[in-house]
Amino acid sequence: MSIRRIIRLVKKELLQTFRDKRSVGLLLLSPILQLFLFGYAVTTDINHIATAVYDEDRTAASREFVARFTRSGYFIYRQYLTAPEQINEVLDAGKAQMVLHIPPGFAKDLARVREARVQTILDGSDSMTARVIAGYATAVVQQYSGAVMAERLDRLRGMVTRVPAIEGRLRVWYNPDLRSARFMVPAVLCLILLTITVMLTSMSIVKEKELGTLEQLVVTPITPAELMLGKTLPGLLIGMLDMTFVLLVAVLWFRIPVAGSVPLIFLLSALFLMTTLGLGIFISTISKTQHEATLTSFFFILPFIILSGFMFPIENMPRIIQYITYAIPVRYFLEIIRGIFLRGVGLEYLWPQTLALAGFGIGILTLSAARFSKRLG
Amino acid sequence: MFLRMRMIMWKEFVQISRDPRLLAVVVVIPLLMLLIYGYAINLDVRDLRLAVYDQDRSPASRALIEVFTESKYFRITHYLEDQRQVTGELDGNRAQLVLIIPPDYSGDLADGRTARVQVLVNGSDSTTAGTGIGYIGALLQQQSARVSLEALAREGVSVTRAALPVDNRIRYWYNAELRSTNFLVPGLVAMILMMLAALLTSVTVVRERERGTIEQLVVSPVQPLELMLGKLIPYVAIAFADVILILLVGVYVFQVPFRGSPWLVLGLSGIFVTAALGIGLLFSTIAPNQQLALLASMLATQLPSVLLSGFIFPISSMPLPLQVFTNVIPARHFIKILRGVIMKGNGPAEIWPSALGLLLFALAMLGLSAARFKKKL
Repeated sequence: MSIRRIIRLVKKELLQTFRDKRSVGLLLLSPILQLFLFGYAVTTDINHIATAVYDEDRTAASREFVARFTRSGYFIYRQYLTAPEQINEVLDAGKAQMVLHIPPGFAKDLARVREARVQTILDGSDSMTARVIAGYATAVVQQYSGAVMAERLDRLRGMVTRVPAIEGRLRVWYNPDLRSARFMVPAVLCLILLTITVMLTSMSIVKEKELGTLEQLVVTPITPAELMLGKTLPGLLIGMLDMTFVLLVAVLWFRIPVAGSVPLIFLLSALFLMTTLGLGIFISTISKTQHEATLTSFFFILPFIILSGFMFPIENMPRIIQYITYAIPVRYFLEIIRGIFLRGVGLEYLWPQTLALAGFGIGILTLSAARFSKRLG
Repeated sequence: MFLRMRMIMWKEFVQISRDPRLLAVVVVIPLLMLLIYGYAINLDVRDLRLAVYDQDRSPASRALIEVFTESKYFRITHYLEDQRQVTGELDGNRAQLVLIIPPDYSGDLADGRTARVQVLVNGSDSTTAGTGIGYIGALLQQQSARVSLEALAREGVSVTRAALPVDNRIRYWYNAELRSTNFLVPGLVAMILMMLAALLTSVTVVRERERGTIEQLVVSPVQPLELMLGKLIPYVAIAFADVILILLVGVYVFQVPFRGSPWLVLGLSGIFVTAALGIGLLFSTIAPNQQLALLASMLATQLPSVLLSGFIFPISSMPLPLQVFTNVIPARHFIKILRGVIMKGNGPAEIWPSALGLLLFALAMLGLSAARFKKKL
């Protein structure tokens, strides 16, 4: 193995990549674009819920009940309805996401200490939002109920002096203000490393095939191992470069501090890159054109991203799919990155994931290296 | 003009049919995504991992814990013995929430005071944490009301049988059980089309250029618009076949109710597909090589379509500039149309603004890529 030859090959690759201003732009801009999209667009905190009210009771009590919703800050009134058919209209047209319906007798029921019934109708076609709105609405109603209860108990104070109750004190760790960006931005790191390294590696090898220059390389004194290193090292370098970049933006722009050790992030990322570069080589061995290589990369990357827990928690998946996710290396890397970034833990907790990642890396890399050399020889 | 266009179409069809991997992608990727999104992704948060540290160990504290074991939202993973274990549970991500019941819990309740329990939440996944906080708050309040009422009953004061004065009935329209598949499948039609369009077209023009066959086309009497349309129509046909495939699987396998007119969906799909393919074409006229064309069109179409279209993440909770920006994402309009027609049974009266937006976008894309192509020649 000749280090000089490898270095020359790496230089050639980097030169080819960076000669074109557009590809430099893409390699640098795409991480930024992804960071901003995931940092800002992916949020499930819902505000400004368009609400329509159909108040058949029209009493001071019902108005007070309705006002509780506005005061919560989540709901915005769009329309007061006067007939039941209008409920249909506003929901069909998407003018309101929620209709609050107070039937007649609301105030009377409250005054007579009977259960007062109200109805909230939600647009379930966006089930994600509907679920969150249902949570807010329940909380507002509970608070109102609690206030009514407290008043009633106050009136009973003469007879009963002390009424026991339970109060929950909540403390949120690692992400006290529950910012979505804190959860998503570190994960973008995995996404970028995965897509860029797999695609770059597979395409740069296949490109030589397509242009017929691979034969020229084979007849030179370069050994398959050297060729492979020469083709994967640029991916490794660019991956690390992008990572540094993402880390800087995360810390300086999004103000997401790295709770754990930064060197550990780099170290374990290198471990993860063994898997992605190996995958890139593997894809290049089964593709003849760059077009084919991209399509094949896509087959791998797509399920990897969806099943890794990147956007959708693995715990919510059906049991069988949960078992499948163990075969997805990105899953372990995500757990590692989020663990170090958010919870500030180290190998004392993350060793199982690290071992799994190392296993995948070594396995995939040796298998595809063997396949690659056989193809060349 | 039609003859020349037909010849280009024919050539493109032949090229596609010679590319077995492309054909596989066209059929397999939509099915794969349907399967993953239909089965694996569940946006319902349940079975949250809860660790309990009961310092009181009394019948009262056990009654509280029972409330959690009986709820489908929590799964108790550990009973902790020691304060030091608490940190480990959260750091190691073994539990998402820890409930700490202090030693004086039952004593406080017996004396008619407010007992305080502590809940620690792993906030790193803000969505799950937010939902968990909501559930736990509701359960605590329920138990609190029960304890208060029991105490009052012992004193001989009967308040009401109902635990809370106001009963709020929540109803979800269009999707009564809030099934995630009903919400995801219509959106998925847009996602898959967008992805295929980017994959398919971005390579067509660049491939001709890389192989040098573009010069041959240029010296032929083919007009740019003829070339554009001739290249587009075969892919539009493939995409149409995919729309039908996805809708059939969605309705018959995943039991998504289809309330509106299928013809309306198909007609508007045609416009959307043209818009999506137009973006791919535009990129392929800009990018210097296949590699870049693919990467760029992936980034520019895939991510924004997933994240900024309201496919999963609600647009109304994004920052205002981003909300305004989503208007130029064709998938956003198309998803609104799809959900409206499929889930709500909307007709032209409700969806025409989105349809108009889509049409304008499609025309603009076609015009731009034809103009760009002309200039290049």
